[in-house]
Amino acid sequence: MMINSLTSPTIAPPEHFISVQGLCKSFAGQPLYEDFNLDLPNNQLVSVFGPNGCGKSTLINMISGLIPIDRGEIWIHGKPIRRAKIGYVFQNYRDSMFPWMSAYDNIAYPLRVKGMAERDCRDRVERLIQTFNIRLDLKRYPYSFSGGQQQLVSILRALVAEPEVLFLDEPFSALDFETTLFVRDKLQEIFMATGIPMLMVVHNLEEAVFLADTVLLLSKRPTHLVEAVPFTVPRPRTPDTLTSAEFIEVSRHCLEIFRQEMRK
Amino acid sequence: MTASSVRSSNSSAQDSLIRSVDRLLPLVGVLVLFGVWWLIAISGFVNPVLLPTPIATIGTLITGILTGVMLPDFIATVLRTFSAFLMAAAVGVPIGVALGSSEKLYRSMEFLIDFFRSTPASALIPLFILFFGISDFSKVVIAAFSAFLLIVFNSAYGVINAKQSRILAAKVMGANRWRVFKDVLLLESLPQTFIGLRSGISISLVIVIVAEMFIGTEQGLGKRIIDAQQVLNVSDMYASILVTGILGYFLNMLFLLLEKRFVHWSGK
Ligand SMILES: Nc1ncnc2c1ncn2[C@@H]1O[C@H](COP(=O)(O)OP(=O)(O)OP(=O)(O)O)[C@@H](O)[C@H]1O
Ligand SMILES: [Mg+2]
Repeated sequence: MMINSLTSPTIAPPEHFISVQGLCKSFAGQPLYEDFNLDLPNNQLVSVFGPNGCGKSTLINMISGLIPIDRGEIWIHGKPIRRAKIGYVFQNYRDSMFPWMSAYDNIAYPLRVKGMAERDCRDRVERLIQTFNIRLDLKRYPYSFSGGQQQLVSILRALVAEPEVLFLDEPFSALDFETTLFVRDKLQEIFMATGIPMLMVVHNLEEAVFLADTVLLLSKRPTHLVEAVPFTVPRPRTPDTLTSAEFIEVSRHCLEIFRQEMRK
Repeated sequence: MTASSVRSSNSSAQDSLIRSVDRLLPLVGVLVLFGVWWLIAISGFVNPVLLPTPIATIGTLITGILTGVMLPDFIATVLRTFSAFLMAAAVGVPIGVALGSSEKLYRSMEFLIDFFRSTPASALIPLFILFFGISDFSKVVIAAFSAFLLIVFNSAYGVINAKQSRILAAKVMGANRWRVFKDVLLLESLPQTFIGLRSGISISLVIVIVAEMFIGTEQGLGKRIIDAQQVLNVSDMYASILVTGILGYFLNMLFLLLEKRFVHWSGK
């Protein structure tokens, strides 16, 4: 009985892909997060929305282990960050790809770092681009592709090592309208095919709602979670989703809360 | 056949004419210079002993090249310049990259590098003569020293200014410190390193010529210029000066080409 109750939490799969408890972070003495808590249900695509400078990037950078935290605990699938396999898609593909490597070498880089044999690397990359039906000449250098193609390559690079969580910081903000649609559809396809939970910062409310299972609305500094708004329209979501009653209602609700927060 | 197709073929011929004229534009300045030079030379304002006509100078240059009398001097200077440059690069790039990868290390050496970079290398020639004598090696070492400072500074700077986001990207993909250094920092610094190398080869040539003039040597373009001046063989002096100019120009071009080849991503 005793043993059972001790071991069961580790045996049962954690029901949260991200769990944050008592997180504190300040910059230059100015608190940004104070006792911040967050639990994100498994297998979801969660987007983060909030006013400029409220700490959206800082939040996903802390959760993904890119920047240190002052206090608190962060668990990814019940494990500390350094034992979790994560993928990260940066806002600016131009400054996060390696322009001296071909697109193929960029995608294979996480595998090479892990010391995987060259043949296995090639198989993995092959499989990945076949799964998502991507037709790009990967022998070319990243800068020779269009913006959308480059961001796609950087998403593939984040996926190739089969992460258990994917973080994306404003993945569309450096793209024009047309390429945003293209990359967004690919991302939805990837999410539906792999089921990898994703945490994505988005600076446009419509984008934030469109792909998400849950929209996290953050307040101004010091930052707290105002509301986690669910959006349950089934996938795949299409342009028709944008005109559905539920989408309009959820967007309106989010905007309402955002306005209230800004008035405070 | 139609009027429009005739016009378009006409205008494409015009375009290619304009393009080939455009390519000749750099020659305009050269012709202007030779024209002014020629006018001054024949006007009698300047003693013809001091200023031969451009035609006489180029004549001397061409015979100098064809008969090969300039060749030993040319080769000696090129060899010295390249040995100085290679020494400087072999030591300077690794040290620069190492300095750049540690902020503390760089800050502690920054003043020293800046100070010596600001000291005219020619002012140090007597000091180098004291240590290395008036040997060939002495000329090479002092040129290497000047080039070294430029190369170290630029390589360090390139590493320091590496894009933080690329370093983060490598780290989040699991790269350890060594891999970040070798896969990211080194390559990030390459465009700036090439600027250092290009300035390095230029300064090597400058200092080698100065050293050949003042330390003295058997062969070398610097010595040739000063010898010609001593005996008032002005057309040979001007021709030798032109040769050093041509040499410097082509060294610069060579390094620009190498840069384009090895740093294909620069500016993209
Ligand atoms: N390294 C740092 N040093 C000092 N202050 C910082 C640092 N990084 C972030 N900040 C501050 O923390 C706050 C949150 O920054 P962050 O980049 O996370 O905001 P954001 O919500 O992503 O903003 P944006 O909408 O502009 O992307 C900002 O006020 C910023 O000035
Ligand atoms: Mg941000």
